[in-house]
Amino acid sequence: MGYKQYILVCGGTACESNQGIALFNALKSAVISNGLVNDVQVVRTGCLGFCEKGPIVKILPQDTFYVEVKPEDAETIVKEHIVKGRVVSRLLYDKKQSQINVGIEGIDFYQKQFRIVLRNCGVIDPDKIDEYIARDGYKALEKVLFTMKPQEVVDEVSKSGLRGRGGAGFPTGKKWSFAAAQPAGQKYMVCNADEGDPGAYMDRSTLEGDPHSVLEAMTIAGYAIGADKGFIYIRAEYPLAIQRLETAIAQSREYGLLGKDILGSGFSFEIEIRLGAGAFVCGEETALLASIEGKRGMPKPRPPFPAVKGLWGCPTVINNVETLANIPVILTKGGLWFSKIGTATSKGTKVFALTGKINNSGLIEVPMGTTLREIIFDIGGGIRNGKAFKAAQTGGPSGGMIPPQFLDTPIDYENLGKIGSIMGSGGLIVMDEDDCIPNIAKFYLDFTVDESCGKCAPCRIGGRKLLDYLKKICNGDGTNADIENMQEISEAMARASLCGLGQTASNPVKSSLRYFMDEYKEHIDEKKCRAGKCKNLLRYTIDAAKCVGCTACARVCPANAIAGERKQPHVIDKTKCIKCGQCFEVCKFHAVNRA
Amino acid sequence: MAKLTLNDLRKLRDEKQKTMAKRDPSHKDAQIIVGMGTCGIAAGAKETFNAIIDELDAKGITHVLVRQTGCMGLCHSEPTVEVIAPNMPVVIYGNVDAETGRQIVHAHIIGKTLVDNHICDKPAMDIVR
Ligand SMILES: Cc1cc2nc3c(=O)[nH]c(=O)nc-3n(C[C@H](O)[C@H](O)[C@H](O)COP(=O)(O)O)c2cc1C
Ligand code: SF4
Ligand code: SF4
Ligand code: FES
Repeated sequence: MGYKQYILVCGGTACESNQGIALFNALKSAVISNGLVNDVQVVRTGCLGFCEKGPIVKILPQDTFYVEVKPEDAETIVKEHIVKGRVVSRLLYDKKQSQINVGIEGIDFYQKQFRIVLRNCGVIDPDKIDEYIARDGYKALEKVLFTMKPQEVVDEVSKSGLRGRGGAGFPTGKKWSFAAAQPAGQKYMVCNADEGDPGAYMDRSTLEGDPHSVLEAMTIAGYAIGADKGFIYIRAEYPLAIQRLETAIAQSREYGLLGKDILGSGFSFEIEIRLGAGAFVCGEETALLASIEGKRGMPKPRPPFPAVKGLWGCPTVINNVETLANIPVILTKGGLWFSKIGTATSKGTKVFALTGKINNSGLIEVPMGTTLREIIFDIGGGIRNGKAFKAAQTGGPSGGMIPPQFLDTPIDYENLGKIGSIMGSGGLIVMDEDDCIPNIAKFYLDFTVDESCGKCAPCRIGGRKLLDYLKKICNGDGTNADIENMQEISEAMARASLCGLGQTASNPVKSSLRYFMDEYKEHIDEKKCRAGKCKNLLRYTIDAAKCVGCTACARVCPANAIAGERKQPHVIDKTKCIKCGQCFEVCKFHAVNRA
Repeated sequence: MAKLTLNDLRKLRDEKQKTMAKRDPSHKDAQIIVGMGTCGIAAGAKETFNAIIDELDAKGITHVLVRQTGCMGLCHSEPTVEVIAPNMPVVIYGNVDAETGRQIVHAHIIGKTLVDNHICDKPAMDIVR
C-alpha cells in the first residue's frame, strides 16, 4: 500500500466550471489505462488561488504546477510526467509573467507569496520556545550581542531599507539612530500592537503564531538604542495573542533570553505588556505613549518626536509588530539580502489581510512591488461569484479607494501615495460592482468620526461635516455644491489636523471623488444608486410583462405592499413599500425591477 | 530549565533542529498540525483537534504527534490541518471539521491516501530559515 505520486486537480468553483470535472475524470481514466492505479492517486483539492489560470493540476511530490490544463492534456501528463518523469513544459506557469522583484537567486517558485514576517506562522507551535529556537530563533540576538556594536546593528537595519509597517513608512534604521544618538540614560523600546484598523489582523496573527520573533526583535532594538526596558501595547480584545505573548515572555525569562545579563553578555532587557482599551487613536504613537503613562490617550504635537522625548520624557522608539518581525531575519541574513527584495524605495515584503468580496480571504505576504492584480486574482482567487472588480481600499479608514485602472501598479509606499491611498498597516478590502462608493466612504467616515478624540477642530468638526454630506447624498438629498464643500473640507482636514487620524480621515472621500465622481453624480443628479445599496434611492416595480402571478413576492412582503390575483400581474403600492428588497430576491422570473 | 549560556543556546538549537528534521520527537514518525490562531479557533479548530486525538486513541495509533500552530494565512478555509506522514507528501487540508479530522486519520494516516476535496496549497516556499 502507498502511492508513489499524486495528481492534484483543483476542485474549486472556478476550475470546476471550466471543464475541471471532465479533466479530473480524464486523468483518472488515463491513470487506469496506463496501469498505474496502485501507484498514482488522483485527488481533488480546494481552490488553489490561481483561478484566473485554471484549471490547475499539481503533481506531488515533485510540486509541479500546471496551469490552464484541458481534458485533452490528461493523457500527456500521465504518459510524459508520470511514466517518463518529463515535465510538460508547455503547461507550466510562465514565471516571466510576474514582474515581482524577489532579487534572490536560486529560488524557483510559481507562488507569489514570500514569507519573511510570517516565516514561522503556521509552522511552529507558538507556545514552545524550543521550536522557535530550532528555526534559527534567537540566532540574530546571539550575533548582535556577541559580535556587533550597537551602532553596527543600527547600520545594518539602515542598510536593509526597512520602513515602518505601522502606517507612515518611516525608515526604521533612521528612527533607531535618532534614539541611539541621545545621551546614555533611561530609554525605552515600545511595540505598537494596537491594530485599530477595522479589517486588519496581521499583527494579531503574527503575535499569535510567532510571539518570540517580536520579543527577539525588541531585545535587539533595545541593545541598538541603549534601552533596557520594553513595552508591548496591545488591545485587550486580543486575548489569545496576549496569552501567547505572556507564555513566550515567561519562557524567554526562564532561558535567560530576557532579564539580567542575557546569555552572559552583560546586556539586560525586560519586556512588559500593557493593555489598551481599543481606541483607534491610541495606535497613534504620542497617544499610545500617553496611554502607557496612564494618561488619557490623546495625541500631542510633534516635535518633540518620541525618539528624542517619549515615555516619561525619555528617548523612546516605537515600532509596529510587523516592522519588528522583520528584524531578526535582517540581522541573520544581512541588510543587503533584505534590500534586494522589493522596489527601489520600498524593501522587503508586506503582509496584507485580504478581505471583502474576494474568493480566498486570508493573510498573505508578498514582496513590495507586487500588483493588486496579482494579489486579488492570482492569490485571492478573484472576485466572489464572478462579479466585476470595482475598487480596493488599502490603509483602512486612513486610506483611499483604488480603481481598476491601477490594478497593474506595483504596490509600494510611493505608488500608493501617488494614487491617493496609503500603505497603511495592511488591511486590503476588495469591493465589487454591488458596493456603493459613497456608501463605503460614509462607512469609513462614520468610523473616524466615532474614533476622533476631539482634541482638534479640523478633525472633530470637519469629519462630522463630511459624514453629514455623505449621509445627505446617500439619502438622495445631495447637491453639486455639497461635492465642492466636501473637497474643501477634505483638504483643510488633511492640512490642519493635529494627528494622522484627522490628516488621513478624508482620504476615502478624496480618492472616491477623484475616481468615482460619476457615482456621486448619479446619486445627486439622477437620484440613482447603481449598486442598489442606498435604500432611499431605490424604487421597486413589477414588470407586468414578466410577472406570471406566482404570488411569491406578495407572500414575502413584510409591508403587505403587493397586491394581485393569482396568475395575474402583481403591483407594488409605492406608499406602503419599505424597500426591504425581499420581493426582488424572491422573484424567480426577474419580474421585480429595482432602480 | 536554568538560564542559558551562549553555548547552551547553540547546543539546544542543534538538538532541536535534528529532532525537527527527523520529525521524530519521542519515536513518533508522523505529525498532524492544527492551525490554532483566532480565526482557526473561531472556525472550530479545537473540536477538530480533539476529534483527531480521540480518533487516534480509538484506533490505538501511537506513532502520530498532534501539534498546534498559528495561522497559516488560509483564513477562507479554516480550520486548517497539516499532515506530515512517512513516504507521503506534506499536505495542508482546509475546512477540516471534526468529521474530516477523523477522515484524515482513516484515509491519510491509516490508508495512506489523500483525502479528497480538502487539500489547500501551501501558501509559500520556506525561504527564511
Ligand atoms: C490614528 C492612528 C492610528 C494608528 N494605529 C496604529 C496601529 O494600530 N499600529 C501601528 O503599528 N501603528 C499605528 N499608527 C502609526 C503609529 O503612530 C506609528 O507611526 C507606528 O507605530 C510607528 O511604527 P513603525 O515605524 O514601525 O511603523 C497609527 C497612527 C495613527 C495616526
Ligand atoms: S486629528 Fe482628530 S484624533 Fe487627532 S488629535 Fe485631532 S481630533 Fe484628535
Ligand atoms: S421591497 Fe419589500 S416592502 Fe417593498 S414591495 Fe418588495 S417586499 Fe414589499
Ligand atoms: S478554483 Fe481552481 S484555482 Fe481557484
